[in-house]
Amino acid sequence: MMTMPDIAGFSMQSSASPPLVELRNVTFGYGDRTILRDVSLTIPRGKVTALMGASGGGKTTVLRLIGGQARAQAGQVLLDGQDVGAMSQAQLYAARRRMGMLFQFGALFTDMTVFENVAFPLREHTDLSEGLVRDIVLMKLQAVGLRGARDLMPSQISGGMARRVALARAMALDPEFIMYDEPFAGLDPISLGTSAQLIRELNDALGLTSIIVSHDLEETFKLADQVIILGPGVVAAQGTPDKVRASSDPLVHQFVHALPQGPVPFHVQGPSLDADFGVDALKGGR
Amino acid sequence: MRWWHPADIGFALRSKAAAVGQATRLLLRLLAGLGYVLKRPGLLRDQIHFLGNYSLAIIGVSGLFVGFVLGLQGYYILQRYGSAEAVGMMVALTLLRELGPVVTALLFAGRAGTALTAEIGLMKAGEQLSAMEMMAVDPVERILAPRFWAGLIAMPLLAAVFSAIGIMGGWIVGVLLLGIDGGAFWGQMQSGVDVFKDLGNGVIKSVVFGITVTFVALLQGFVAKPTPEGVSRATTRTVVMASLSVLALDFMLTAMMFSI
Repeated sequence: MMTMPDIAGFSMQSSASPPLVELRNVTFGYGDRTILRDVSLTIPRGKVTALMGASGGGKTTVLRLIGGQARAQAGQVLLDGQDVGAMSQAQLYAARRRMGMLFQFGALFTDMTVFENVAFPLREHTDLSEGLVRDIVLMKLQAVGLRGARDLMPSQISGGMARRVALARAMALDPEFIMYDEPFAGLDPISLGTSAQLIRELNDALGLTSIIVSHDLEETFKLADQVIILGPGVVAAQGTPDKVRASSDPLVHQFVHALPQGPVPFHVQGPSLDADFGVDALKGGR
Repeated sequence: MRWWHPADIGFALRSKAAAVGQATRLLLRLLAGLGYVLKRPGLLRDQIHFLGNYSLAIIGVSGLFVGFVLGLQGYYILQRYGSAEAVGMMVALTLLRELGPVVTALLFAGRAGTALTAEIGLMKAGEQLSAMEMMAVDPVERILAPRFWAGLIAMPLLAAVFSAIGIMGGWIVGVLLLGIDGGAFWGQMQSGVDVFKDLGNGVIKSVVFGITVTFVALLQGFVAKPTPEGVSRATTRTVVMASLSVLALDFMLTAMMFSI
């Protein structure tokens, strides 16, 4: 009864492609420090969206807000029209089963083998037989090219491999969308190219929605369908890679051309040069 | 500095109250986690093995030496009053009422409590707990609750092992080395030890200490700052807080249990 209209509604909506995730006037901070100020952005369905910006600009915070690990102090984080911040624990856990998240360093369980790591969500959330779990795990590992590494411990594999295992684990329950936190950080060029290709192929083959937080300009612009650049706390630009690259916003200009000078200063704010090195300091100094 | 400033005092009180509230909520969630643990007995079994079996060696050896010392000291003191045969009763009562639960709890805090704190703290630092949350698995249920209930079960068993080996130690020193009559040693013990008042109260103590040590260890790991320094501090705090709580609780329990 319930499913039929839902499916019909979904297909009708998807032609107009309403966003899967939408942030409406979100404000968030830790203590006195405001990280996001009145931020609004949309993540379209079925696309690869890249969140970029200077360090400390709130990119990872956006992922934490979407995953419900942090709650917005003002504004709404909408997942399929539902406010994540207003969900109960049970609703939140139900919502999380639709998403996969890839942490920066994989966050594999260090006391389990690669196989057991990927099997973990299946064993926690389903009653599948061991034989079926084995088949699914090996299929997921095959997709990330690590079927042969099933019996290794996380300490025995490289950082790039650990992230691919984490990707297999995030996909184990066939989520609707996957969030990648810095998937390219610290990878060698081969692993980086492999990872980027993997993200693209998985997104298109499985009809996923992908959100990538990344610093790697070249690879991310090549990969993403949509780029969102976060300035300090605000959205500086949002659009296709070409549109963002052509943006006249000074912060976006500084970012996409990797310039040392611009709205994001090289020097951290502190006492003036005079106060530290000037004549007054000499006079005052012993 | 102006430590007396009303705002600072208020902030300090509020932080303390928040910490107490957080700890209480964690304890309630751990207790409520029993349902989950009963559904997954395998997790509980593994943790009892980890906390209990791996602590057996230190508990056994300590129990033996404590028993030796009790046998010696008891003999020296009781001999002055011509009642050296009462060594058996003295050793048994001391171990069952006090030293068994207390020393086991102190050793358990050092052996198993630190391991728990470091494990949970490092899982947190490696984002493993966050990853679990994002997989819609509650880390309090899946990781902390089995450890909590395992500690609660393992502690009384370890205390029993400690007391049993300690009594054997007292017997070795008193009967084998110092020549007390074996029949008198066991006979006095039998008549002087009450199952409910002495043994039962000792078991209650060891259960309370098991809850205390395991909970302190899990709490410290769970709220640790996710850095190497934070985990090391949390581990230290586990030993200090668990030991002090055990000793203070022991005094209170003794005062309530053995009034006359």
